[in-house]
Amino acid sequence: MSPRRVFRHPGGFGSGLPERGLLLLVLLMLLQGSLLPFGAASSPDVGHRDEADVHAEAEEKHNFTKKPFPVLSFEYKHIQVPFEISLWVLLASLMKLGFHLVPRLPGIVPESCLLILVGLLVGGLIKLAGQKVPPVLDSTLFFFCLLPPIILDAGYFLPIRPFMENLGTILMFAVVGTLWNAFFIGGLLYAVCQIQPNNPSDLHSLELLPCLLFGSIISAVDPVAVLAVFEEIHINELLHILVFGESLLNDAVTVVLYHLFEEYSGVGSVTVLDGVLGVISFFVVALGGVLVGAIYGILAAFTSRFTSHTRVIEPLFVFVYSYMAYLSAEMFHLSGIMALIACGAVMRPYVEANISHKSHTTIKYFLKMWSSVSETLIFIFLGVATVDGQHNWNWTFVTVTVVLCLVARVIGVVGLTYVINKFRIVKLTTKDQFIVAYGGLRGAIAFSLGFLLDERHFPLRNMFLTAIIIVIFFTVFVQGMTIKPLVDLLAVKKKQEAKRSINEEIHTQFLDHLLTGIEDICGHYGHHHWKDKLNRFNKKYVKKCLIAGERSKEPQLIAFYHKLEMKHAIELVESGGGAKLSSAIPSTVSMQNIQPKKPAHAKSEDRALPKLSKSREEEIRKILRSNLQKTRQRLRSYNRHTLLADPYEDNFGEFLLKKQKMMALDKKIQDMNNYLTVPAAPPDSPTLCRARLASGRETDFNPTRQQKVDTVGPDPQAYSTKPALDSVPTIQVDLASPQSPDSINILDEFRRSDLAAAAAAEEGEDDGGLKMKAPSGPHERCDAGEMDAGTREKLSRCLSDPGPHAEDEDEDEPFLP
Amino acid sequence: MGSWQARPEQQQQQQQQQEQERWHYEELAHKSGFSTEQIKNLHKRFRQLSGNKETISRANLDSIPALANNPLKKQIIDAFFDKRNQWQDDEVGSLEEIGLEHFLMVMSHFRPPAHKSGEEERQAARRQKLRFLFNMHDTDGDGIITLAEYRKVVEELLSKSGAIGHQTAKAIADAAMLEVASINAPHMAPDDFYEGITFEHFQQILKGLEMESRMHIRFLDVDTTTMRCGKAPS
Repeated sequence: MSPRRVFRHPGGFGSGLPERGLLLLVLLMLLQGSLLPFGAASSPDVGHRDEADVHAEAEEKHNFTKKPFPVLSFEYKHIQVPFEISLWVLLASLMKLGFHLVPRLPGIVPESCLLILVGLLVGGLIKLAGQKVPPVLDSTLFFFCLLPPIILDAGYFLPIRPFMENLGTILMFAVVGTLWNAFFIGGLLYAVCQIQPNNPSDLHSLELLPCLLFGSIISAVDPVAVLAVFEEIHINELLHILVFGESLLNDAVTVVLYHLFEEYSGVGSVTVLDGVLGVISFFVVALGGVLVGAIYGILAAFTSRFTSHTRVIEPLFVFVYSYMAYLSAEMFHLSGIMALIACGAVMRPYVEANISHKSHTTIKYFLKMWSSVSETLIFIFLGVATVDGQHNWNWTFVTVTVVLCLVARVIGVVGLTYVINKFRIVKLTTKDQFIVAYGGLRGAIAFSLGFLLDERHFPLRNMFLTAIIIVIFFTVFVQGMTIKPLVDLLAVKKKQEAKRSINEEIHTQFLDHLLTGIEDICGHYGHHHWKDKLNRFNKKYVKKCLIAGERSKEPQLIAFYHKLEMKHAIELVESGGGAKLSSAIPSTVSMQNIQPKKPAHAKSEDRALPKLSKSREEEIRKILRSNLQKTRQRLRSYNRHTLLADPYEDNFGEFLLKKQKMMALDKKIQDMNNYLTVPAAPPDSPTLCRARLASGRETDFNPTRQQKVDTVGPDPQAYSTKPALDSVPTIQVDLASPQSPDSINILDEFRRSDLAAAAAAEEGEDDGGLKMKAPSGPHERCDAGEMDAGTREKLSRCLSDPGPHAEDEDEDEPFLP
Repeated sequence: MGSWQARPEQQQQQQQQQEQERWHYEELAHKSGFSTEQIKNLHKRFRQLSGNKETISRANLDSIPALANNPLKKQIIDAFFDKRNQWQDDEVGSLEEIGLEHFLMVMSHFRPPAHKSGEEERQAARRQKLRFLFNMHDTDGDGIITLAEYRKVVEELLSKSGAIGHQTAKAIADAAMLEVASINAPHMAPDDFYEGITFEHFQQILKGLEMESRMHIRFLDVDTTTMRCGKAPS
């Protein structure tokens, strides 16, 4: 079913309605977001609608005979469907926006609750207007349009490591837990329906199989609801992945149970053979889903290997392949959710290595945008559908369902945890169990599945739907709203700052290898051993096939380091070329501080430095200016021409950095006097010499030293960490130059004569100190390096470490004319 | 699935030996915290590694085929011969050969955390595990990981990744060291010198990793052994 059918209005709009009406209509739509049709909006007398239509038709006819050229014509029907879709999306987005504008509200009520309320309101308004509420939360629309973005977002950004580490527990909850819930709820519901034989009600006509079907629909924890609530409470990683993982993986169980019971509820009985087939079907559905997802994931990774020339469509491959995976899985009634998860998780490491940084950002934002809009729409639609549905309210059934859901969940979690804890190293505490049980929210998937039921086979479908809605509302409102205070009250461990430090990454890797080694020495092959085997296989074969170029050989640690560098560079730029390298830690520590120093390091030998003469300053400034200007222009032209063949595509950080530099130039020149007062290192200090080497390029005219610079690498202080292939992002972050080379540069000009010899002597011992040279020869950096190496500046440190303010405090003196 | 797969006659032999060495095992169990079953398994492995001798030398560990691909091979082996890992304080230096007791003592660093442990015990376990890591890094035993030592660690870690590893390793180690310095001594004058990572600083930088629960391997108990025997003999 296409969205077209979903959104079609029963009333319909005649073409050629008066302009005034249209304006009013649009305004009202925008204002309320409801789909009040014209008749209801412009005049209260809805009953006169037919008359109005006839009138309109007559008018149309009249117009036709007259046949003037239509200067302005009106045809709403033409754009109705996309227009209304857009309206809904707009409404959802505006609601999301408004929700966060209201102060203190997000702290109390979860967004999902509020959105449902909005949905109820909109549905109520439509109903008040006397119109039939559109069946917005149609199952097809839900499963084919709204659900996939959310699941793909979850799968693509699934934290693989904690997920795999807790896979056993998650599967236990997802499979055994869901089965238990389904049969417990279904069975007991049936039992409850059979009591009170004296009191005749339609409950007695309910058979066991429909009850079990209902149980299997209602028992599955819903990923959308869980995500919506858990994202806001910032629970620790373990609990989050347990509940969230369960909600994702229970899809296979739900699909099988649903189809099994739906199939046989018509027949009326299930034999043992059917049960066995059901178990087999479960494995087929689950593993088949994963397989389909993995195949598409690998295809996507392989495709992304060749996209280096058409960067703009890179993100599209990720989306399309994932969607194809989902549809293909659904085609065979496999678990589409598991296919999407597998697809996202499989493709991500390879795709990310292949695509550009911009594409990565695009994917991230698109996924987040789609999923959040989908989520918002789902909750609003849930509200609208609640108003719309023909409810069959049965107190017994609804109450029993809600109670049974809670009881089954608690018993299931506690019982399973008891078993699981025997195998877990990190035990689940009572608190953890409580949160896992309490976090079992139900949501729109259950509703959609209930909606799919055929009324002919299930005469009590409407009662089911009512009960499902009540359970959803109960879990989302009561549990969703109270879980946050409860988490605070129980002092459950919260999520710590996700930012991973380089030391932690080193030691994570170190630990992996260490544990593998120890297992090998112990001689038994535990999971570290197999993980290591898998990693090696991945590195040796899979990465080679799926990742283009050098990055396939890049170890994880280096990849992590590059990412970190990139982040720092971006932070650096965003903070306006500010002082701090990492905003978290205010620090004055620089590379200089951790370097082994020469023993004969005199503290402050020569503070007194020659002052710059006016003309000298002018000259320096001119040089700096011209260099900066040049790079800027060149970069501009690159960017303007084409996005696709931009060799600096990935170096956008650098590009921004340069722009920033231009603006910061004046300030820097002013600041220079400060650096002149930095206690100069003695002639043999590695820092100074390196700085000199770095700056040598632009203004140092000593030819011999120039050559030396070239052999060492264009900029020894910059972290240029790998061969600068064009396709590989390199960002030079200057972690550590306490003094701006420019300032040193000035020093240099004056001290060149007596330092030249020392510099030559220094060459040999650079290794002891800090010297980050490009690992490759100079030729590899020729174009990228050439043009910016000269002007690359050390923005990061120049402000952070101005050195002791000593003699000359003439900062205020204007340098620029 | 281990290569030390127990065949029936071996098990017979094992049981006899166990009778003889029961008291010995009990003592070791008390010292290392392993169960006697685990010690039995480890002893079996020990004998296999040493070729039925009383002690293990570096060459014995060196020849384990599975270790060949481990980038940390040398450090791991060194750790077994490091006196600091024998739970006796203040002994620095390395042994030439280690007996079963030493072997077990080193292994005991990788015990999983006790089932019901209080906060204090967890802290102690964490400290002990971190100390083991620290000792692996601090090769000269002076209680400080210097920049050179840290660089060596990262280099080893990347040693299996070919040519691009070397320079980057240095950069990474430097960045990591800078991070340590900025976390632990945020305000340094330009002339100050951060000598290296002390153990306190080491604890500080790794507080985000739940070392007490992560740094463990599953040592075989009797029940898991039988379970594994039934599965897939290799």
